[in-house]
Amino acid sequence: MLLSMEHLNKEYPNGKLAVDDFNLQVDRGEFICFIGTSGSGKTTTMRMINRMLNQTSGTIKINGKDIAKMDPVKLRRSIGYVIQNVGLMPHMTIKENIEIVPKLLGWSKEKRAKQAVKMIDLAQLPQEMLNRYPGELSGGQQQRIGVVRALAADQDIILMDEPFGALDPITRESLQELVKRLQEDLGKTFIFVTHDMDEALHLATRVVIMSHGKQVQVDTPNNILRHPANEFVTNLIGEERLIRAQPNILSVSQIMLKNPVAITPDKTLDDAIDLMHSRRVDTLLVTDTDGVLEGYVDLDDINRITDATTPVSRFTNREVFYVQASSLIGDTVDRILKQGVKNVPVVDAKKHLVGIVTRTALVDIVYDALRGAPATDEEPASPINADIHAAATHEGGESSQ
Amino acid sequence: MIHFLQTYGMQLISKTGQHLYISAAALGLGVIVAVPLGILLTRMKHGANAVITLAGVLQTIPAMALLAMMIPIFGIGSTPAIVALFIYSLLPILRNTYLGMEGVSPAVRDAAKGMGMTWWQSMVRAEIPLAAPVIMSGIRLSATYVIAWATLASYIGAGGLGDFIFNGLNLYRSDLILGGSIPVIILALVVDYLLGRLEATVTPRELR
Repeated sequence: MLLSMEHLNKEYPNGKLAVDDFNLQVDRGEFICFIGTSGSGKTTTMRMINRMLNQTSGTIKINGKDIAKMDPVKLRRSIGYVIQNVGLMPHMTIKENIEIVPKLLGWSKEKRAKQAVKMIDLAQLPQEMLNRYPGELSGGQQQRIGVVRALAADQDIILMDEPFGALDPITRESLQELVKRLQEDLGKTFIFVTHDMDEALHLATRVVIMSHGKQVQVDTPNNILRHPANEFVTNLIGEERLIRAQPNILSVSQIMLKNPVAITPDKTLDDAIDLMHSRRVDTLLVTDTDGVLEGYVDLDDINRITDATTPVSRFTNREVFYVQASSLIGDTVDRILKQGVKNVPVVDAKKHLVGIVTRTALVDIVYDALRGAPATDEEPASPINADIHAAATHEGGESSQ
Repeated sequence: MIHFLQTYGMQLISKTGQHLYISAAALGLGVIVAVPLGILLTRMKHGANAVITLAGVLQTIPAMALLAMMIPIFGIGSTPAIVALFIYSLLPILRNTYLGMEGVSPAVRDAAKGMGMTWWQSMVRAEIPLAAPVIMSGIRLSATYVIAWATLASYIGAGGLGDFIFNGLNLYRSDLILGGSIPVIILALVVDYLLGRLEATVTPRELR
């Protein structure tokens, strides 16, 4: 475990608890986003990692070593640090800025110069820029330097406090790509404070949602979208974002009807017609006695047969289109809609029939995602939607301990 | 003019030397005391205003009165003059140092500390260089004041170009008055120019 934070508390002299029993274990190469409203303690927690603030109680360990016992100056030199207002030294050239920590660590001049070139390449900026001053660079370029400066002494952990908050959306996106690349290619570990949910969901391997100094939910972006722990998280993510994300986080099993009408191949035509009539459907799925999907029978096919005792297996249509229960709707919806079929059987990994997806349910999901809002605000439009909502609420409840 | 220089030339040079010595000593002391004090004030939450107000009050004491007040403590001569002028030099330097240090962006301070600079490294490598232009302009202002007021130091026997002026006033000799005043003005302008050059040198290229 690279970084371990246990039972962290931070109490201000006025008795206010800024951070309340914070626990987190961070592995090498993770990208952790702290997100929350202002005053949620996210920045306070981050600043305790390089001892810009000291915790009231609790321990922080880096590679198993308690940082409270380390020299804070040495500790800070080993941790990258990027702040919102860039924090480049305006009176130093870009080169001098990049070299600050290596210089503090006593690197030789040649080694520092080499590192500066390496870093500016990493930032994808021209090498001529090394001799410029920060004021001659655009905001986005400055923050690129700010980011690579935090890596110049080969720091493993990089702390970032709303680093892109002041940038326009396009510049911000390119900076996000830069840090994502640094994390993925160089295996750096990021602790990233933000109040931008899109940013957190895009960058993080795990998101820590905080409110009033407490951790509300710690999970991967997908799990948070799938199972928001409570109303606070739902609000923070935003109804719209949850709906947009549905095709990518809902699996087929969450929207399927769980009791498809099925028949075994040894039954007769009579049995089939009776079953269709009683359940008021025009198609039956055919499964063997173990429940493995074999095909389907259609009312049209049945019409042509006159002998009532013909077994179902004789007129089973075996070219059946089906989907896996575990696949995401986003990945399958196109295929389903293009097939032009009304209903699609859903099978598990061993091809056992587990449910059926109706075209209506799919269209509802796609429509919501496109429009970014629920088709109806209060009442779900169809019983199928009601099932989804019920299922989501139920599972959300389970995972929110 | 030529006649004046022939008569008083040597005296003029030695008086200018005295004048410069008194001013430089007072200003030097002022810088040594006021710059660190100003930096210190930015580190204290309370008290900064009180100290700056106190320096302001000292500034309002009439120059003649302050010089006279020094006599019982330091006697006569250049020492009481240097002390009195030192007190005058404090305020502009103190205030500008305080403002200059306060003007350093908190982001710079935070970044310096967060990158692992010690307090001293942050001061020397980041904060003082950034505050230097403002501090220097305070020193420049003080220098002009001190050179002008050093004229009065002659009143308590410290010598300097004031001797010419006071003699001229007593003897109704305008050549002596001008002979003292013009060098003071030239001295003030030259020192101001030189310090101005220094100010430009310490100003980071990017902030000019």
